[in-house]
Amino acid sequence: MTDSRILLLVLALPFFGSLLSALLPRTARTAAGLVAGSVAVLATALLIPFYAPVARGEIVRLEIGWLPTLGLDLVFRVDGLAWLFAMMVLVIGALVVLYTRYYMAREDPVPRFFSYLLAFMGSMLGIVLSGNLVQLAFFWEMTSLFSFLLIGYWYGNRAARDGARMALIVTATGGLCLLVGVLLIGRIVGSYDLDVVLASGGTIRSSPLYLPALILVLLGAFTKSAQFPFHFWLPHAMAAPTPVSAYLHSATMVKAGIFLMIRLWPIFAGTDAWYFIVSFAGLATLLVGAWAAIFQHDLKGLLAYSTISHLGLITLLLGLSSPLAAVAAIFHTVNHATFKASLFMAAGIIDHESGTRDMRRLSGLARFMPFTATLAMVAAAAMAGVPLLNGFISKEMFLAEALDARGGPVIGFALPVLATLGAAFSVLYSLRFIHQTFFGPPPTDLPKVPHEPPGWMRRPIEILVIACLVVGIVPAATIGPVLQSAVRSVLGAQTPTYSLAIWHGFSAPLLLSMIALATGTLAYFRFRDALNRRAGPPVIARFKGGRMFERVLADIVRRARSLEGLFGTRRLQPQLRLLVCLACLAGLLPFLQLGYATGGLPVTPLDPAFAVIWIVGGICAVGAAQQAKYHRLASLVLMAGAGLVACISFVWLSAPDLALTQLLVETVTTVLLLLGLRWLPKRQPEVWPDDRPPARVVFRRSADLGIAIAAGLGAALLAYAMLTRPLPDTISRYFMEQAYPQGGGRNVVNVILVDFRAFDTLGEIAVLAIVALTIFSLLRRFRPASESIEPPVQQRMQDAADLHAGGRRVGDTKKDYLLVPRIIMEWLFPVIFVFAIYLLVRGHDLPGGGFAAGVAMSIAIMLQYMAGGTRVVESRLRIRPLRWIGAGLLLAVVTGVGALAFGYPFLTSWFRYLELPVIGKVPFGTALFFDLGVFLLVVGATALMLVAIAHQSIRTPRARTPARPDVPPVIREEGED
Amino acid sequence: MEIVLAIGIGVLTASGVWLILRPRTFQLIVGLSLMSYAVNLFIYATGRLQIDEAPVIEQGAAVPLADPLPQALALTAIVISFAMTALLLVVLLASRGLTGTDHVDGEEP
Repeated sequence: MTDSRILLLVLALPFFGSLLSALLPRTARTAAGLVAGSVAVLATALLIPFYAPVARGEIVRLEIGWLPTLGLDLVFRVDGLAWLFAMMVLVIGALVVLYTRYYMAREDPVPRFFSYLLAFMGSMLGIVLSGNLVQLAFFWEMTSLFSFLLIGYWYGNRAARDGARMALIVTATGGLCLLVGVLLIGRIVGSYDLDVVLASGGTIRSSPLYLPALILVLLGAFTKSAQFPFHFWLPHAMAAPTPVSAYLHSATMVKAGIFLMIRLWPIFAGTDAWYFIVSFAGLATLLVGAWAAIFQHDLKGLLAYSTISHLGLITLLLGLSSPLAAVAAIFHTVNHATFKASLFMAAGIIDHESGTRDMRRLSGLARFMPFTATLAMVAAAAMAGVPLLNGFISKEMFLAEALDARGGPVIGFALPVLATLGAAFSVLYSLRFIHQTFFGPPPTDLPKVPHEPPGWMRRPIEILVIACLVVGIVPAATIGPVLQSAVRSVLGAQTPTYSLAIWHGFSAPLLLSMIALATGTLAYFRFRDALNRRAGPPVIARFKGGRMFERVLADIVRRARSLEGLFGTRRLQPQLRLLVCLACLAGLLPFLQLGYATGGLPVTPLDPAFAVIWIVGGICAVGAAQQAKYHRLASLVLMAGAGLVACISFVWLSAPDLALTQLLVETVTTVLLLLGLRWLPKRQPEVWPDDRPPARVVFRRSADLGIAIAAGLGAALLAYAMLTRPLPDTISRYFMEQAYPQGGGRNVVNVILVDFRAFDTLGEIAVLAIVALTIFSLLRRFRPASESIEPPVQQRMQDAADLHAGGRRVGDTKKDYLLVPRIIMEWLFPVIFVFAIYLLVRGHDLPGGGFAAGVAMSIAIMLQYMAGGTRVVESRLRIRPLRWIGAGLLLAVVTGVGALAFGYPFLTSWFRYLELPVIGKVPFGTALFFDLGVFLLVVGATALMLVAIAHQSIRTPRARTPARPDVPPVIREEGED
Repeated sequence: MEIVLAIGIGVLTASGVWLILRPRTFQLIVGLSLMSYAVNLFIYATGRLQIDEAPVIEQGAAVPLADPLPQALALTAIVISFAMTALLLVVLLASRGLTGTDHVDGEEP
């Protein structure tokens, strides 16, 4: 049962359970609890058999190739340490699930909670089971994310939101540092595989990148494990529901940093940098945390700071760099997880059953909840390091290590003293926790009458407390082998001999331990009233990490704003100017490096007529640019002229398909823009104060002119350089050779579009359909500017003339307007229709095709609108652009899918000659159906755009303003739209 | 022919760039249209210039024809630039209706 693939299952189970739980209804607390509980229990059961190989010192690995060329494979591995941590995560997770079921109120959305909790559990397992450092960093960030969601679970509470945000920013920033550190390690070693990295400790320690990598990895670990000076987020995270605190701050989250430091201990430890950084951070955290814990009045606050202090203790042990200290660190990690989880749960029960967590209000609860009191007392005694409990053994190991620490006389003397001081603080706050809550006179002003919780709510604590006792009394027989396998997986050959006995004879550590117990007890009874009167811890109260964090954050935001104000702009013109300049520079750069030279391709002899056409084209382009501001119609005509020149160039230079499409598209674009002109404001020539524009404006225009000339010159030079170079061999040759044999078409361009690259074309027509629908929906809510609402002046004048002339009705002039061209346009409809079909059918062999045919067809429709007006056309013709679009897209896709039915890839075309009666042999291919789809869609999309804009003129606008008195009155037909 | 086409592309680009740097939405549309002419011609020109060699295969004739690939690309580009122009036009009309101005920033400077 130790198939390495089971590891994947263990890891996948929590995420699966998380999804399942998220799908449950809001009130399904028991069902969600069952899901979460069974996931935790099942995963535990699956993981237990791995103990056998792990205890033999083997590493069970599962590798899944992902991006092997980048050294990124999914690697899951379990060894002694990973097994120990994974079991801790799962077992305490299962207990927390049980506890949560009874803790959460009926109105809380409990399934959501379990969903987060399981996802967090999975991420945590991901960290400990990862065999690839990048993968580890990924799961690391996931724990940050899910802890954010868990801490902010009661998001209605401001403290919860702030605490969650602070935890996320601190730990995710640390995670980013970790990622960079991991990448550095990968650079040094040449692999991200954990086993490879662990085997190259010497390479890493002697590398010049060692120090940066170390600092970055430690930043990740310190932020996660709440080490000084990043410890401030942890107390703020106490706004979370108590089960979250019990889980995150005992066995998981904060232990991730510890896990990482233990994991990488073999490659990082032993240098001065490691020794000083890690020991100092650990010692500072130990003392600051313990000192602050003494002065808390909130039970959870006390536990939060004591957690910080114990994490500091473990970090300090790791920093001391001796193998024995590492053993003590691993051992204390497990011990701390057991007693701290039970203490958090006990604090939760007290809060739950008495209504407050304030130690100043609590008193004498032992008589109301004797069982809970006993359990909490044992757990707190373990935290204080009282003999016969697990905390005692690891604390003794710690004191022994403090006495043995190297580093000169000052440290040799100071470290044991400070360590004993920390231990004494620990005794003090543990005693305060127990004595103030459970002893003394009965409480007087509690919100609720306290009583024992439901039995099942106490059960997790009972299990944990029994574990504390058993490990404390017979350590070697219980935790011994597991600890040994974990230690060996980390230290390997360095594994020291150590004994897990409770009695080592009278020794210096025992003496220190006793001094700490006695000092702590005495200090509590001497100062307890003074403690209750104080509002915060002396000395360190002024350095509020949380406050500083907020201030730094606010400062960053303010600076970012001012930077944005300095360098950013919301105005589009400067942005575009910058973009164009950058594009010009990017185009210039290669020429500056390599020089400019034309190629050796013989030029095509110049036809003077071509030059003349382009002189006209150039004049049109410049004229369009010059006229665009004040004379839009002229500009439009000139622009169309330039387009026409482009079109003639295509004809001239062997591109008939392009010419045809360009010509037709040009027509439609012009009509579209003409329809749009109606809704743009009138523009009068600008008048400047001194008859000349101010210097600022002149400068801006000259600069733009310079940029434009530079861009044009660049484009011309680039085009010329390219045109004079020989054409390299491209894929075109293949298309030319295979167009007829494989595609069954002589027009290679069309064969490329509907056959070789039909998938691209499918994407393109989809874009066209989306654009048409966007235009349609944008115009449904269109509100014209108030000054454009009235009908144009000419129309009003015509209507007024109709009104005043005898025997005419309003609209008669309009109706008779351009009568002859109108009739011709109406008659043209069938002609253009036939022409479009002709273009479509011949497209495969001769210039034409679905695009050109579709645009031509839409021109036919458009002409009808222009001739007869919207109402007339729509009463005669069925204009259903939306259906045409749908049918076209469907036909194109179905044609493509049809190939699948015959076992060919999507959009493979089929072609053969058919023998038809009378007509004879005709080519027939599925490509024609595809082209028909393109045709239908293009007709639909173009018609939809044109009709949507055209309809605006006959709509009744939403915002209506009274007609101005100086123009003829408005006579409007009420629109149907 | 090459030099004329290259200059033509340059003039179209210059006019287009000048217009897209202007403040009024209509100028922007015209500018983008001119630029898309230039770009389409440029894409087409990557197949080099040939006269009377349309990429339509005649029976039996195996002459080197014009490169069909840039033509297919340019054809796509023409259709897409039409869609873009149409969309831009409608967005600008809607923006003018909402803000009451045809300045690209949605407000008079």
